Amino acid sequence: MIQSIDHNSSQLNNNGQLKHFLTTQDLPLNILNEILDTANSFLDMSSQQVKKVPLLRGKTVVNLFFEPSTRTSSTFELAAKRLSADILNLNISSSSTSKGESLKDTLMTLEAMHADMFVVRHPDSGAAHFIANHVTPNIAVINAGDGCHAHPTQAMLDMLTIKRCKGKFEGLIVAIVGDILHSRVARSQIHALNCLGVAEIRVIAPKTLLPKNIEAMGVKIFTNFEQGIKNCDVVGMLRLQKERMNSALLPSESEFFKLYGLNSEKLKLAKPDAIVMHPGPINRGVEIESAVADGPQSTILQQVTNGIAVRMAVMSMAITGQLNHSISKR
Amino acid sequence: MIKITNGRLIDPINDLDTVTDVYIANSKIVGIGKPPKGFQATAEIEASHKIVCPGFIDLSTHLREPGFTQKATIASETMAAASAGITTLVCPPTTKPVIDSTAVAELIQDRAKASAKARVLPVGALTVGLKGEQLAPMAALTHSGCIAFSNARVTIENSQTLLRCLEYAATHDFLVIFNPQDNSLVANGVIHEGITSSDMGLIGIPESAETIEVARCLILIEQSGVRAHFGQLSCKRSIDMISEARHKGLNVSADVAIHHLFFTDQNATGFNSIFHLQPPLRSDLDRKGLLNALKKGDIQAVCSDHQPHEDAAKHAPFAATEPGVSGLETLLPLGLQLVEQGFISLSVLIAKLTCDPAAILKIEAGSLAVGATADVTIFDPNKAWLVSESSLLSAGKNSIFIGSELKGKVSHTLLGGEVVFESP
Repeated sequence: MIQSIDHNSSQLNNNGQLKHFLTTQDLPLNILNEILDTANSFLDMSSQQVKKVPLLRGKTVVNLFFEPSTRTSSTFELAAKRLSADILNLNISSSSTSKGESLKDTLMTLEAMHADMFVVRHPDSGAAHFIANHVTPNIAVINAGDGCHAHPTQAMLDMLTIKRCKGKFEGLIVAIVGDILHSRVARSQIHALNCLGVAEIRVIAPKTLLPKNIEAMGVKIFTNFEQGIKNCDVVGMLRLQKERMNSALLPSESEFFKLYGLNSEKLKLAKPDAIVMHPGPINRGVEIESAVADGPQSTILQQVTNGIAVRMAVMSMAITGQLNHSISKR
Repeated sequence: MIKITNGRLIDPINDLDTVTDVYIANSKIVGIGKPPKGFQATAEIEASHKIVCPGFIDLSTHLREPGFTQKATIASETMAAASAGITTLVCPPTTKPVIDSTAVAELIQDRAKASAKARVLPVGALTVGLKGEQLAPMAALTHSGCIAFSNARVTIENSQTLLRCLEYAATHDFLVIFNPQDNSLVANGVIHEGITSSDMGLIGIPESAETIEVARCLILIEQSGVRAHFGQLSCKRSIDMISEARHKGLNVSADVAIHHLFFTDQNATGFNSIFHLQPPLRSDLDRKGLLNALKKGDIQAVCSDHQPHEDAAKHAPFAATEPGVSGLETLLPLGLQLVEQGFISLSVLIAKLTCDPAAILKIEAGSLAVGATADVTIFDPNKAWLVSESSLLSAGKNSIFIGSELKGKVSHTLLGGEVVFESP
């Protein structure tokens, strides 16, 4: 039998340093901790007068978005600028590119412009892996969300938020609520949380929004919100895409909110100091009540700030990893 | 007049497994062991330490012509088939235009005859345009050489229409081939629904997409009395249902694509698009179930389900790639691995590639009895070769095994007594 591809062979260099950031799956603990520690130091810096560091000076970062995004693309842009990189934003509607070869053609065109890093968002799962496997060596690829597969920088900014609020991961009970089936955020969170060693990960959703055999990823399944949220330290809400409402997955927004939406009443079932996260943008009254979203336990805005620091961290680490990779190759 | 000397003749239908000589004249087998009177060999093929057997019959080879000649042509793929010891191949109706008119059926055979490397038996569309509405002209298509009828992977949603198709085919004793799948359950799926699909965030195809359709077809097969075959099954449960029906007396058979006996959904981890197949590679439980069914005789044939692609078709993120592998030239080496691993004997493997598919199709092939047409394959089961883009003759280089060394290589293929392939 043919061996499956090892994720790490494509994202770590020979010295075990990050050279692409495609997924949180199978990454060693020390890399996750390095991301969190580096991001932490950037966070301190962003509160200072001069917010720039020259780590990526002279480097060109291309924000390659095949799917609309505002917060992810703008925080990547800001992160690149704070690292002193030159940045090019490209929004390519995927409907205008026919599949396959044209993605490769787009890449080749950009390579010819001597980019050093691609930040990629794409509607197809595995697109970032595909790009990482096909770009010329020395170009770092950062996954900014691929289909329903992974959104590793979002997951790591959530980890940073947890770490800063809770101080540790050991012993924590974390619940992830909502559309797990279509969520790249949930998948990346689950891999990161498992690696960082929380006590328990719960997923809370109706069966129509749960991926098959999700328990094999190391989570406990709850279809009842009240039972699932009991004693949680962290409640991670997921965004419910409006278009899912018009399918056979759910009867209505109001029924979903009633059964799986987070309100102050239900939040009381979690630990008193539980935090509430949401990757945004939020659908008020669909996944989460305004009082909770804007309440004291909400970390939604902190997450945005942490997002910039985490993105700075992985971008600087990947550039270093690429550099050391090419040196060791020589 | 050709003499094949000292080969190990394995001819399962005639219960032969012995080292002997084979004599061929006028496109027929004219003698086994001793020549007929007056035989003067004009050529001799030395086959010591090699296996001599009937030419292989592949129940599913996509030739891509007409319509998809950027992927492959009848000339390229029949050449590849000859090099793989395949002398008869069955091509599905999914050409463009589909095989729903005598013109297309005849065009395919004319081109096959022109290249003269393998016999090509087209499968006619069961409904016009594979649309599931209007019955295709089955009698006319049969007259033009179609060996069976199939709606390929396109579900005939209206069960009454499907029943009418089967009743009409039954009227004339036409064989109907099912590639069972319920399109509403396949939806946009690209991989077996299970832990791997969940992990990779790819849309899964549940097992029920196949099993529901198998169940529906079995009921309608029974009701119509049609002669039926299920091709390229992926689920253990499908085979269980079909075997049960056959043991109750239903006239049904089944085959499996050989790669489904070796790989599972997990092989696609890391988004390797070479493992994007339809039906998808399923769980290890399914793989073992299929192997076991093959061993028990509940699967009557193995095929290549050869689907050559141009590079670009496989060069994209997983879901955007086209399904299918190039499999003609690895069919025999993989079959030999099943023998080496002890799942089946060499003679059973050869039966699954020769007389058993011939019986499914009701064709006179797959035998080396005196008087039979001399479609003969000679191979060295121990010869190792490197699978590479240049070693594959198929225009489709989308083999799972590029870069691997496999054992088992055809040295000669004879089609109607003519040598159509001789390994360099």
